[in-house]
Amino acid sequence: MEEVNEVIPGAALGTCPLPLSDYQEIVLAHGSGGKISQQLIQEILLPQFRNELLDVQHDGAVFSVNGARLAFSTDSFVVSPIFFPGGDIGKLAIHGTVNDLAMCGARPLYLSAGFILEEGLSMREFQAVVLSMREAAATAGVALVTGDTKVVDRGKADKLFVNTSGIGLVPEKVNIHPGRARPGDKVIVSGEIAVHGIAIMSVREGIEFETEVLSDSAPLNGLVSAILAVAQDIHVLRDPTRGGITSALSEIALSARVGILLDEAQIPISEEVKGACEILGLDPLYVANEGKLVAIVAPEDVAPVLSAMRGHPLGEKAAVIGTVTDEHRGFIFMKTRIGGTRVVDMLSGEQLPRIC
Amino acid sequence: MKYIDEYRDEALAGKLVNELRQVVTKPWVLMEVCGGQTHTIVKYGIDHLLPDEVELVHGPGCPVCVTSLEMIDKAHAIAQRPEVIFCSFGDMLRVPGSKVDLLVLKSRGADVRVVYSPIDALKIARTNPHKKVVFFAIGFETTAPGNAMAVWQAQKQGLTNFSVLVSHVLVPPAMAAILQSPLNRVQGFLGPGHVCTVMGYQEYEPIAARYRVPIVITGFEPLDILEGVLMTVRQLEAGAAEVENEYPRVVKREGNRVAQDLVNSVFEICDRKWRGVGLIPKSGYKLRPEFRKQDAELLFEVEEIDTEESSVCISGLVLRGVKKPHDCPAFGTACTPTRPLGATMVSAEGACAAYYAYGRHLQEEKRKVEPIGTNH
Repeated sequence: MEEVNEVIPGAALGTCPLPLSDYQEIVLAHGSGGKISQQLIQEILLPQFRNELLDVQHDGAVFSVNGARLAFSTDSFVVSPIFFPGGDIGKLAIHGTVNDLAMCGARPLYLSAGFILEEGLSMREFQAVVLSMREAAATAGVALVTGDTKVVDRGKADKLFVNTSGIGLVPEKVNIHPGRARPGDKVIVSGEIAVHGIAIMSVREGIEFETEVLSDSAPLNGLVSAILAVAQDIHVLRDPTRGGITSALSEIALSARVGILLDEAQIPISEEVKGACEILGLDPLYVANEGKLVAIVAPEDVAPVLSAMRGHPLGEKAAVIGTVTDEHRGFIFMKTRIGGTRVVDMLSGEQLPRIC
Repeated sequence: MKYIDEYRDEALAGKLVNELRQVVTKPWVLMEVCGGQTHTIVKYGIDHLLPDEVELVHGPGCPVCVTSLEMIDKAHAIAQRPEVIFCSFGDMLRVPGSKVDLLVLKSRGADVRVVYSPIDALKIARTNPHKKVVFFAIGFETTAPGNAMAVWQAQKQGLTNFSVLVSHVLVPPAMAAILQSPLNRVQGFLGPGHVCTVMGYQEYEPIAARYRVPIVITGFEPLDILEGVLMTVRQLEAGAAEVENEYPRVVKREGNRVAQDLVNSVFEICDRKWRGVGLIPKSGYKLRPEFRKQDAELLFEVEEIDTEESSVCISGLVLRGVKKPHDCPAFGTACTPTRPLGATMVSAEGACAAYYAYGRHLQEEKRKVEPIGTNH
């Protein structure tokens, strides 16, 4: 999308009947961020709502209203447990939407919050979540300006679910979206990957480490401002949440019709996370992040962007991890640590632990 | 990571590859027995580093792949019962039975849970006394001690609501079956490192002698695989056929006696049907009669099961090392991890899934016209 001025709601409404997906019912894998999630979006949702803004398939939609460029995004949070090392569902809900807006290059302004509460949820826990949201919103510099609460029967939700939506202001000349990755561009990640997913798994599986792995949940708008201050023409930004950096990069490769070649040895991963992934039989390239971003930038912007990121507390361990290529369009390739090459494909569903 | 990074060192890998190039003089076909080894080979692109003379074919050592369709359908029938909590290792959830997979049953309301250990299933049984907890005990000799321990503890603790659906398989009879086949091409084996951690490698010595094949018990890190290949090729070039141990940091000749005693006290050897391969005599474990109260096959009467396999899928030939995944007409087209036709496409350890995940369906096409990647 280069620039869209107006959208007429319903103009390009799909008319085909809903095609059947391979599964006759929703399975958990539909929520994994992998290929089956993509299928759900591509086959059931997109055909019905098709429009120029949605077709970009970015973390949020960017449009102009009376000359002001706005970004608009929404996200729902169902994490269990609701309190985990380094965060909680409330903080995550604020950061999630703030980050989706930031990935459009926007300065996040206003958020809404919708709560689905399970009957029996302790008031203390709910209050703790709300306080944490207040703090997170203050840190991110956004105001929560509208909201909703609903209560459902015990067992119909898991303590509480939160949806947040938000709008932000996109600066003039900033044009960030997944279709803009170009051969020759460099792929930069802002820090150590796979931390959030492992923090959650360690609680679920009862694994203890010498040093506790804390979720990396953080608002990325400050880091994005720092990046845009040194290089306005950033091509793509993405926060690699569910499905990890593989899903984020695969979506970019498909959207921009380019290939991406990663260098395994350059991908920053902490010792604790590496160890946990070995124990749990997981590949960190597919594990969720909540406070990291992937930036795709022109080669001449690499040095200033990297130094701006490293000068920000959330980007100290930023590293160049790959190059955009015109080979293998739509796919991620990786030079492995021992010098071989392989494809890094999006998973079809959840990453399932192997038997041995 | 200490004690892991050392085995993923690029410089050392290069040294081993160079040494291999000096040793090899003619073509050899080697089989890595374990799915975990297949996984490492494709994950690190090891087969592309090897000299052209050395061909690796992939063995039957993926436990979820070889679990028979009858047994999976039986598992599905049990999992659907309202009084059951069905516990399984994660990668079994997407293995298709005749009709559906466990994920679909879960979405229809079956209580299906992923556990990392059978002991976790035991805990679930203790905290859900009004439910019947069934653990799907699959795997090779590697998982047998853990599964045996769960059964033994359940009996000792008088836990009456815990049972196991056993579909254990054994490596040596499968290797013998591969070697006896008139289609066999395998000239040497990378032996199963973790199976031998439990069982030792004495039982492989008669196989090496009888069929005149070298067997090198091999680990699972890239340098393990490369060293295992080098040791096997050295033997082949010298005309030797012995059992050697590449993985001494874990494997001892006699194995783990305590684990073996536990396994023998809970399980006994039986004939077992392997998916894609067929019945192999004395190739599995079943529960001993004194543990029949923990035997889900006896506890739950499952109706006669009529199984249907895909007519295109060649997973049987892949599991025996006769064919490679991309030899299958359905590979990467009609059969993908999103829509698997056979079990070898499901588990990360399955040869087809490993080939697919690491892009071999693209690379094999590409290879004909240009070298892979830009950093070679």
